[in-house]
Amino acid sequence: MRYCAIRAVMAAAVLAPCAAGAEPQAEVLHWWTSGGEAKAVAVLQQEFAARGGSWTDMPVAGGGGDAAMTALRARVLSGNPPTAVQLKGPAIQEWYEEGVLADISDVAAAQNWEQVLPQAISAHMKCGGTWCAAPVNVHRVDWMWANAEVLAQNGIGMPASWEEFNAAAEKLIAAGITPLAHGGQAWQDATVFETVVLGIGGTEFYRKALIDLDEEALGSDTMTAVFDQMRILRGFVDDNFPGRDWNLATAMVMNGEAAFQIMGDWAKGEFLAAGKVPGEDFLCASTPGDGFLYNVDSFAMFDVGAGDAREGQEILAELIVGPSFQETFNLAKGSIPVRSDVSLDGFDSCAQLSARDMNAASDDAGLLPSFAHGMALRGAQAGAISDVVTAHFNSDMSSEEAVEQLGRAIANSM
Amino acid sequence: MLSWLERQIPKIILAPTFAAVTVFVYGFIAWTAWISLTKSRLLPNYDFAGLIQYRRLFDNPRWDMAMGNLMVFGLLFILLSMVLGLWLAILLDQQIRAEGLIRTIYLYPMALSMIVTGTAWKWMLNPGLGLESLVQRWGFDGFRFDWLVDPDRAIYAIVIAAVWQASGFVMALFLAGLRSVDGEIIKAAQVDGIPDWRIYASIILPSMAPVFMSAFIVLAHLAIKSFDLVVAMTGGGPGYATDLPATYMYAMAFSRGDLGQAASSAMVMMMVIFAIVVPYLYSELRAKHD
Amino acid sequence: MTDQPVPLSAAPAGMRVTRPRLRRMALRAGLYAMLAGFAAFYLLPLFVMVTTSLKGLEEIQSGSLVALPREITFEAWSKAWSGTCTGIQCEGLRPFFWNSVAMAVPAVILSTLIGALNGYALSHWRFRGSNILFGAILFGCFLPFQVVLMPMARVLGLLGLAGSIPGLVLVHVVYGLGFTTLFFRNFYVTVPGELVRAAKIDGAGFFRIFASIFLPLSLPIVTVTVIWQFTNVWNDFLFGVSFSQAGSQPVTVALNNIVNSTTGVKEYNVDMAAAIIAGLPTLGVYVLAGKYFIRGLTAGAVKG
Repeated sequence: MRYCAIRAVMAAAVLAPCAAGAEPQAEVLHWWTSGGEAKAVAVLQQEFAARGGSWTDMPVAGGGGDAAMTALRARVLSGNPPTAVQLKGPAIQEWYEEGVLADISDVAAAQNWEQVLPQAISAHMKCGGTWCAAPVNVHRVDWMWANAEVLAQNGIGMPASWEEFNAAAEKLIAAGITPLAHGGQAWQDATVFETVVLGIGGTEFYRKALIDLDEEALGSDTMTAVFDQMRILRGFVDDNFPGRDWNLATAMVMNGEAAFQIMGDWAKGEFLAAGKVPGEDFLCASTPGDGFLYNVDSFAMFDVGAGDAREGQEILAELIVGPSFQETFNLAKGSIPVRSDVSLDGFDSCAQLSARDMNAASDDAGLLPSFAHGMALRGAQAGAISDVVTAHFNSDMSSEEAVEQLGRAIANSM
Repeated sequence: MLSWLERQIPKIILAPTFAAVTVFVYGFIAWTAWISLTKSRLLPNYDFAGLIQYRRLFDNPRWDMAMGNLMVFGLLFILLSMVLGLWLAILLDQQIRAEGLIRTIYLYPMALSMIVTGTAWKWMLNPGLGLESLVQRWGFDGFRFDWLVDPDRAIYAIVIAAVWQASGFVMALFLAGLRSVDGEIIKAAQVDGIPDWRIYASIILPSMAPVFMSAFIVLAHLAIKSFDLVVAMTGGGPGYATDLPATYMYAMAFSRGDLGQAASSAMVMMMVIFAIVVPYLYSELRAKHD
Repeated sequence: MTDQPVPLSAAPAGMRVTRPRLRRMALRAGLYAMLAGFAAFYLLPLFVMVTTSLKGLEEIQSGSLVALPREITFEAWSKAWSGTCTGIQCEGLRPFFWNSVAMAVPAVILSTLIGALNGYALSHWRFRGSNILFGAILFGCFLPFQVVLMPMARVLGLLGLAGSIPGLVLVHVVYGLGFTTLFFRNFYVTVPGELVRAAKIDGAGFFRIFASIFLPLSLPIVTVTVIWQFTNVWNDFLFGVSFSQAGSQPVTVALNNIVNSTTGVKEYNVDMAAAIIAGLPTLGVYVLAGKYFIRGLTAGAVKG
């Protein structure tokens, strides 16, 4: 109240919700600001409004949420946190440890989240036994996209192993086509890296190396082999890749300049926006190997005390995981619903494949968090690994040296 | 006779600024220094932990790269901006028609934020999209201009864009300097038949020492704070080949939740700034006092 | 500045005839060619931005990014101004423009005013330690802003100004003071001390002297300071994104939301149009006041 009074005096121009009305409030910090994504979030706002809530939008795009995290820190330090914040993976736990998250276990119990969400994913949403975040969607990261026509012309199928991929790529080079469309930004290098770790090392190795940070796994010959494959992949990328946005790489696949791209399922949105049809114009398949790398977007609920904001928070949490929002949002976003009981009839074939694979992987412990997208590790460790990966990919560093640097970087980040 | 209160007015006027600077500059530096001695992660934590963050910092190859880049970038940026700015100012000082228009064209990059112009530069310097492909399409197949995607040269591409942004401003400083030189001396020299270039070299430029100093300070300040430019053009890449201390610090503090590490890098940066700026301030204030 | 500038080429007529006319003309032509060449260099990025903003999206996706548009359309401009999404709101940059104005205008006025008084006090009302104080203020100019984000957030929270435009104004005033004080001090230092002493003997006080002697002289330096501050405040993103909340976000944050979305479909034409629109106020200031800017610099700011 004191805060509101001061503001009312000082800032006549500010439109923030100071009026102590009786309607549920929610200020939502997120980084979904472009057309499709923004429309997808707008669905949530409409559902929220239909329940009598008043939504205050606080979008901050950039760097996969870096700028939003800057804003979040400033807000929390100033004692004025938003109601709900787009946060994911271990970052939720990190914020919980700072003691600023709210407990929404009531909502989770009432809505039976325990039953409808896959175990691996709900673990991210819990803080010390209570629920503190609501999952929105599941992006699959280990996707490989391909130009159907280019593949057909060169007699190539979707590769089932990295050897097959390498052989296909050699063929494409001979035909004058860039085998792999890639954008040289650290997170894109890391995205390719984690799919190679999964493909060459398998799910168990992935878990040990990129989740448990097991020293033995990180220093193993398998890891050297992973870097060897990264070096080979570097040869399949055109010279102008540094700094390229991922969507420009997608465009290269679309117009036949390049054959494949390794990228999460948001790339599908680019194909669809250009009027391409999955299965006809472009193909989707998981990258070689088992497992399923997920990137789950979620909203963490910040402690806003009791009152209108708390009420809004509970409604918001309920709506986010609710089946109707899960369906409409994910249709718009290109991802798949987190809950297993949503009908996938309206979804395209790639999304259906993704959902099938997720259920299968969920059963045999192959459902793994993506390291490149901040699901597997805390920021400092994930950043340390991605520094080494990107330095290796963008120089002539040997695999052995990369493995050695990896060990050092992780030790240094602790 | 001035009353006591009246004599205190200058101090009273300066008091709010004094307070603000004490808190918002020196207080915050002290805060950062303390945080650099802790194991702060996501949010500040005030438990003393010794020099561990500095050890981590100097053990990180990325930090070496960032500091090395700052040296290369800072030196080239300041030097090239000065040379180009001075040259443009001299050219513009030759009674040019449409001087106003040309001056505005040289000056406008300073008005735009690099968030904006960085993307355009990124395209132009990308060999596949920009100048290289354009010139090759004109028929010069051998033309290469791929600095931006070459880890060893990308920092020079950043220098180009940075010089583009700041050199117009430096031009304005120098132009103003040229115009404040006493006209009588120049006339006298011209009457004596001394060639133009010698008038510049031995009369005008030496009298502009303070302008060089101002330009240097403005440029040094821009170089140290360079951040948007790198973020927009390369995001620090290829790899982390174009990382600068400011981008390193930002990455540690805000995307990695490693606040202590960020604070230690900030302190090292501050020491570098101190080493550059304090001698300047000292000479500046002494000169004024005489 | 009462002296008219004396460009070198305004040499006495007697000298000119001694030079071969042809050579002189060739020199002039070379001079203009060089100036034009540099102008092209400076205009190139703007050219790329403008041409991209005039293209349709299909043309960008299919063709080269750096080429003339085949078909000119202003769709991207109207979309950037009032249609594109910056979050769940799809009203373009327009709503954020006012926030930036509400932030920049008071911030510029306050920091200029305080800078003028500071500069005046520091140049003509010296006291023990005033030089050290000036040095201390100047050093603040070099503080990297990334350093101050977190403690500043805490302070703004304590002051009850978090997330508000007054909070942003405060931040910009505080971190603008270094340069504004520097500008004014270096300008006022060139005013002869005798004038001030004479006025003091006549019984004029601190403010009377400021109003009657210094203020009338200040137009050039005020112009310089205002341009400098306005550009910095308007273009700031870091403070804008950290210390704003829904409803107080400045235009640079909205621009960032348009340009830097990660997983959405990129509309480069709208990005570029938005970028130019967001930059128009500062561009306008440079174009309109550019002349006075040079004059102001000439009149003293560079003598520091």
